[in-house]
Amino acid sequence: MRRLALPDEILLMVDKPARYIGNEVNAVMKDKDQVDIRFAMCFPDVYEIGMSHLGIQILYDMFNKREDTWCERVYSPWTDLDRIMREQKIPLFALESQDPIRDFDFLGITIQYEMCYTNILQVLELSQIPLLAKERGEGCPLVIGGGPCTYNPEPLADFFDLFYIGEGETIYDDLLNLYKRKKEEGFSRREFLQRAAALPGIYVPAFYDVTYHEDGTIASFTPNTEGIPEKIEKQIVMDLTNSTYPKAPVVPFIKATQDRVVLEIMRGCIRGCRFCQAGMLYRPTRERDVEKLKQAAIDLLEHTGHEEISLSSLSSSDYRELEELVNFLIEECRRRGVNISLPSLRIDAFSLDVMSKVQDVRKSSLTFAPEAGSQRLRDVINKGLTEEVIIKGAGEAFEGGWNKVKLYFMLGLPTETEEDRKEIAHLANKIAVRYYEIPKEQRNGKCQITVSTSFFVPKPFTPFQWAPMCTREEFLGRARTVNHEMKAQLNYKSIRYNWHEADVTVLEGLFARGDRRVGTVILDAYRHGALYDAWTEEFHNEIWMESMERCGLDLDFYTTRERDLEEIFPWDFIKIGVTKEHLKREWKKAHEETVTSNCRQKCSGCGAACYKGGVCFEGQN
Amino acid sequence: MKVRIKFAKQGVMKFIGHLDVMRYFQKAMRRADIDIAFTEGFSPHMIMSFASPLGVGITSCGEYVDIEVRTRITSADAVRQLNEVMVEGVEILSFRQIPEGKAGKAMSLVAAADYTLRFREGHEPVQGWQERIADFISQDSITVLKKTKKSEVETDIRPMIYEMKVTGDQVFLRLAAGSAANLKPELVMEAFASFIGMELDEFALLINREELYADLGDEEERNLVSLESLGEEIE
Repeated sequence: MRRLALPDEILLMVDKPARYIGNEVNAVMKDKDQVDIRFAMCFPDVYEIGMSHLGIQILYDMFNKREDTWCERVYSPWTDLDRIMREQKIPLFALESQDPIRDFDFLGITIQYEMCYTNILQVLELSQIPLLAKERGEGCPLVIGGGPCTYNPEPLADFFDLFYIGEGETIYDDLLNLYKRKKEEGFSRREFLQRAAALPGIYVPAFYDVTYHEDGTIASFTPNTEGIPEKIEKQIVMDLTNSTYPKAPVVPFIKATQDRVVLEIMRGCIRGCRFCQAGMLYRPTRERDVEKLKQAAIDLLEHTGHEEISLSSLSSSDYRELEELVNFLIEECRRRGVNISLPSLRIDAFSLDVMSKVQDVRKSSLTFAPEAGSQRLRDVINKGLTEEVIIKGAGEAFEGGWNKVKLYFMLGLPTETEEDRKEIAHLANKIAVRYYEIPKEQRNGKCQITVSTSFFVPKPFTPFQWAPMCTREEFLGRARTVNHEMKAQLNYKSIRYNWHEADVTVLEGLFARGDRRVGTVILDAYRHGALYDAWTEEFHNEIWMESMERCGLDLDFYTTRERDLEEIFPWDFIKIGVTKEHLKREWKKAHEETVTSNCRQKCSGCGAACYKGGVCFEGQN
Repeated sequence: MKVRIKFAKQGVMKFIGHLDVMRYFQKAMRRADIDIAFTEGFSPHMIMSFASPLGVGITSCGEYVDIEVRTRITSADAVRQLNEVMVEGVEILSFRQIPEGKAGKAMSLVAAADYTLRFREGHEPVQGWQERIADFISQDSITVLKKTKKSEVETDIRPMIYEMKVTGDQVFLRLAAGSAANLKPELVMEAFASFIGMELDEFALLINREELYADLGDEEERNLVSLESLGEEIE
């Protein structure tokens, strides 16, 4: 029997001990003496969240296919265990071997959202690894970061030895091979990092110096060591169909947030919404072959035993073989008694037909994401969804038996006016009106329209990266306007309105476009108790406000300031394919309220064609 | 066809709670390609019922789950197919056809359970505690405070202890179990501890459930038979 890192007394005391014992179906066990490289893969949040992440499952499978490598998993201990581990000085351990992380070769951390930054420090500290990269010695694991937040890694630059910019499937093998050479030839940590930095997509923050102008903006960002590239190129998989995909992902015992087979059908998005970072980062759009996906679906269901399968992509409706895939899945899943969940489908005749086949119409709800209330503002953000389309889609759905609609909007978008905000309420009301046009005897009671607004955070590598962000007070004022206008609607009784927290949004804004100096605040806030900031009940805004004061950091500089077009951004050293010129053009077109066609209608020359594939070359081979 | 599966839950699996064990078995049935029957309706679920939930922290060699299958499969094939997809710590011990009717309802059948208990290292009571077991069990009544959801009630647990003996440093208990009367082994040991004038630490005991029984006797005399023995091997 495996020995656990934690004694029974502790495991029986904490909530959900299954988070810490490993042993799940499809977890990979190896003999540690038979491998050269031990890699700890971390999602810095609680187990149930981390286990729901597809990227880790892909890399876990890919690494473990290598005979010389054993990849294991580690997550943030929940606050109850965190306290005990600190008190009893128990080092954080990997789930599979239960061995301390500090004895591993690599600690890989996926960074999916800004509010997990303090959890990264928690994982390092509980692992008894120095928090600052510069304090780590030869025997320390190499701490490597990946994931969407690494497209601006600067606020975390002090804590990581290296970052992998892009999709993990491409050059990890080279990096691991290099590490093996380090072990064989015995070259130093610094030597390894220097050679790693020469690999495409690898960013070693210690090899770059930043200088600042008197106004706080960046004056220069340059390599400080011979042979270190000035720019880092995003790594992406061009042949998605033949790239590695796990057949047998790990199946948790406790219910994870995503307790189902996830079938990734496509990467990237052709739409080009101007607020959307993923839409720019993952360009060009690449599809997986439908026949391979069918086989993958069967393999995954058979190897996991999951009772549900869901499709994953940024915009499934844009997958060209969707109809064929979905029809196949409906047939296959009916035979197996498996449910299908279909997120992010555009509402049209096809999707309504499919949804009525796979879910209970009376219980499920339709989702629209107009993002902005008025057509004018939707043109600004390049969200090609019109009121006509929404009303038509909702109408068809209502006639098909649905009576629940969810609407998602953002507040605080560039150029947004009072009128734009009020239009959110008007649109919700119009949808309700459309519902009540259906004769009483044909409809299913009252309709329920749920409107949710989040606050807009300008993100790097989007056309809105230059935009000023609202203050906390402005955000809340805007939500009040919407709330007030909602109550003035004829059908207000059929409409519910929720809005997002403003405090967290402001911090997200700070981290999203922060520079290296922001790291000090993250460390200070962590030292003063900030942890699990993504969890409302654990988030304490006052800790952060006090930290900024102590560290002398000017929040407005990072959030509400409008950036000059010529300003050097902390993330400018990363090349994502989409050029800064394209983003500037789009920023300008936003102000002109002019929309840009999607990639399939007309190429906008964004620059992603340099990857020589995907949607940019569709129908040309 | 109704089938009773007997399994062991050992090692780290003792930390997996009852609801998660149910989820685990649902997925395991699919992985092992057991043609299990589903309920009717818009969201069908597997026809599967567990005999008796096991507390977190307790291991077992005698857990039961009843299922219904749509196609016949031999016991040997089913045991092999299931064991091929189990995790370390869960072992399928038998897969037997059970009759329709009363004998086919594990949950309502359970009448008694066997447990073996040891004290965890460093938590042993005073020397010579073994000799006091006989005195303890020879009492006519053993009154304890039994906690219910709302309050605490004084209960005589003696009638629910069918057998108690000690071998070496291991205590054997046969206790009433099931919906009519259910006694937890911890409660017996707490009563024993207070009988010998000591207090039991929170995590002092290592408990293993050995077997679950149905009672085929009458009001006069119990006739306990294991749930497994009510089924027949499928050849």
